[in-house]
Amino acid sequence: MAASFFNNKARAAAAAASSSSKLKAGDNKEDSTRLQPWVEKYRPKSLDDVAAQDHTTKVLRRTLQASNLPHMLFYGPPGTGKTSTILALAKSLFGPALYRSRILELNASDERGIGIVRDKVKNFARAQLSQPTGLDAAYRAQYPCPPFKIIILDEADSMTQDAQSALRRTMETYSRITRFCLVCNYVTRIIEPLASRCSKFRFKMLDNSAAGERVSNIAEQEGLQLEDGVIDTLIRCGDGDLRRAITYLQSAARLVGATKPPAVKDADDDAEMTDAGNNSSVITVRSIEEIAGVLPDDILDSLVEAMQPKSGGSVYEAVSGVITDLVADGWSATQLVAQLYRRVVFNEAIPGIQKNKIVMLFSEMDKRLVDGSDEHLSMLDLALRIAGVLRGN
Amino acid sequence: MALLVDKLRPRTLDALSYHPELSDRLRSLARSGDFPHLLVYGPSGAGKKTRVIATLKELYGPGVEKIKIDARVFQTTSNRKLEFNIVSSVYHLEITPADVGTYDRVVVQELLKEVAQTQQVDLGAKQRFKVVVINEADHLTRDAQAALRRTMEKYSPNLRLILLANSTSNIIAPIRSRTLLVRVAAPTESDICSALHLAGKKEGWTESEVLNKRIAKESGRNLRRALLMFESIYAQNEKVTDKTLIPPPDWEALVTLTADEILAERSPARLLHVRARLYDLLTHCIPPTTILKTLTFKLVARVDDALKSDVIKWSAFYEHRIKLGSKVIFHLEAFVAKFMRIYESYLMGMDF
Repeated sequence: MAASFFNNKARAAAAAASSSSKLKAGDNKEDSTRLQPWVEKYRPKSLDDVAAQDHTTKVLRRTLQASNLPHMLFYGPPGTGKTSTILALAKSLFGPALYRSRILELNASDERGIGIVRDKVKNFARAQLSQPTGLDAAYRAQYPCPPFKIIILDEADSMTQDAQSALRRTMETYSRITRFCLVCNYVTRIIEPLASRCSKFRFKMLDNSAAGERVSNIAEQEGLQLEDGVIDTLIRCGDGDLRRAITYLQSAARLVGATKPPAVKDADDDAEMTDAGNNSSVITVRSIEEIAGVLPDDILDSLVEAMQPKSGGSVYEAVSGVITDLVADGWSATQLVAQLYRRVVFNEAIPGIQKNKIVMLFSEMDKRLVDGSDEHLSMLDLALRIAGVLRGN
Repeated sequence: MALLVDKLRPRTLDALSYHPELSDRLRSLARSGDFPHLLVYGPSGAGKKTRVIATLKELYGPGVEKIKIDARVFQTTSNRKLEFNIVSSVYHLEITPADVGTYDRVVVQELLKEVAQTQQVDLGAKQRFKVVVINEADHLTRDAQAALRRTMEKYSPNLRLILLANSTSNIIAPIRSRTLLVRVAAPTESDICSALHLAGKKEGWTESEVLNKRIAKESGRNLRRALLMFESIYAQNEKVTDKTLIPPPDWEALVTLTADEILAERSPARLLHVRARLYDLLTHCIPPTTILKTLTFKLVARVDDALKSDVIKWSAFYEHRIKLGSKVIFHLEAFVAKFMRIYESYLMGMDF
């Protein structure tokens, strides 16, 4: 009797502990969603959510209905939704119950050696499918649950040649029960035998309207107040990379202290009051540019102005003055090169033959900066040489 | 007795005297509870480190000021032993991985993993995570940066990184996109003047406004340099007036002398002589880039306008060579020879 008494107590304690730990876990979860990067938080949940890749999603949706899938190779510039697409596809194929047992996601940037391919990938690929138990008809109606597993190899272009060739046979041998999805930026870095085993999907650069819609959607859901033109700035700074645009947005929101969940949930009048009292939580165009490290236009203007040929006298003093200030203010040279490039090359007033020469200068400067040359000297050199070209010698 | 630079270093965000909007931002970040990884960049002497330390204090309270220095030994894959110094408090670590050169990846991986895998035990601690401050992050090798990238994602609950760098050019894009970029601009000359004024008042020195302005100009918007110059002037002179000379550092004086010599005579014999001077500077551990830059600007100031852009062009060219090559003196000497040539041709009216 005593034993059962103790036992009971122990059980109760265990129950209490488990419930409290559960509570804690819930807490943690809330905490973690708040701390989660928005890129993860707002990843598309289904294929329909994927922005602006109509061609690809159309093909994939058809395979969803047919419940069959080829090996796939996704390629395209960063931030265009490659990983999001395959994850969304996997979710709508298998649903939450089967997702864990049917999907192996390997980020090639952390484990890319041949050892991993031989061990982890091969073991997962050859494991027989476990027949799911306890799934009712409704679940099956919602998710097709086709009889194969998917191995997602993210950033596959950073896998070594050896690791890639080790995949070749594995892909064929277990194709009855396993599909591969390779995701990469540069399709040329995938060895030919692998590429020819996959059906390729090219992801194109997001156009501005689709990306803008997505970003403004997120801003709305987070309850952020944006100044006019912030969305455009985000898209411009992101360079067609949606992930970068979203990261910038989140950083800006953190900076102005706009990410206070309670403020969003407040009653309307209450929220208005806090808004009126705290104007600083509006995200401005300038703050986005600051986060992205973009040089303000007036500084660039003054540099371009200084580089213009002067009648009599040299441009050296003016240019070196601007560059010295630029360096002291800590602006990054790579950023300057990128922005100046856009300025000069799209300037209609500069004749083509001069542009030819200037573009060569830019190419050399970029190489120097990558090699770690001194930024001050390099920038000064670039500016002076462009000025020289503009003067016409 | 501590130097002024250390003695008067502001310890809290409130005490910082310039860039108030930046201090506000850092404060709101530290208080939000959602502290991101930071990449703090700006020229040297702008106050990056000071701001980071003040932010840490805002995060954790006065505990971060109790620091100790550990020497740790790491082993590379080829069984080489690396000695490595770590400055740490209970809440944060400070490392300079560039100290161990190309082996920085080993240090970054082992140390950060170790920190990241231990959780904060103290329940009373203000933050659950530990901060690792990485100095000279722009000197990290690509491998080390790639290793960081993984660590930043995997262990984000227990670990926050603050990277300090002079520029973001050498930081790989994945790291840049994972951190919040914080730019610390150099103080303006009037900012420096007011800082000098405050320092003078605290020390009870009689000061002259004109001299302060001259120091500010001479320092090149580098507050640390300005304070050191300020202190050395007051240490050397009993009575300080508006016209007191600002003594340049020894090496700078030597570079100026070298520049004079180059301009005075252009001949192989002089080149040999200059070479000895350059060696002298190098053996005193003056970084080659600094030598070349100082020399260039000294020369540029003294030559005709038409030559200036050419001098800069070759200076940038040889600076790049220094970075790529292995023996510095070749490139320094080549620059001097090149300069002599274009200067001589210009004087003789030839096309160069």
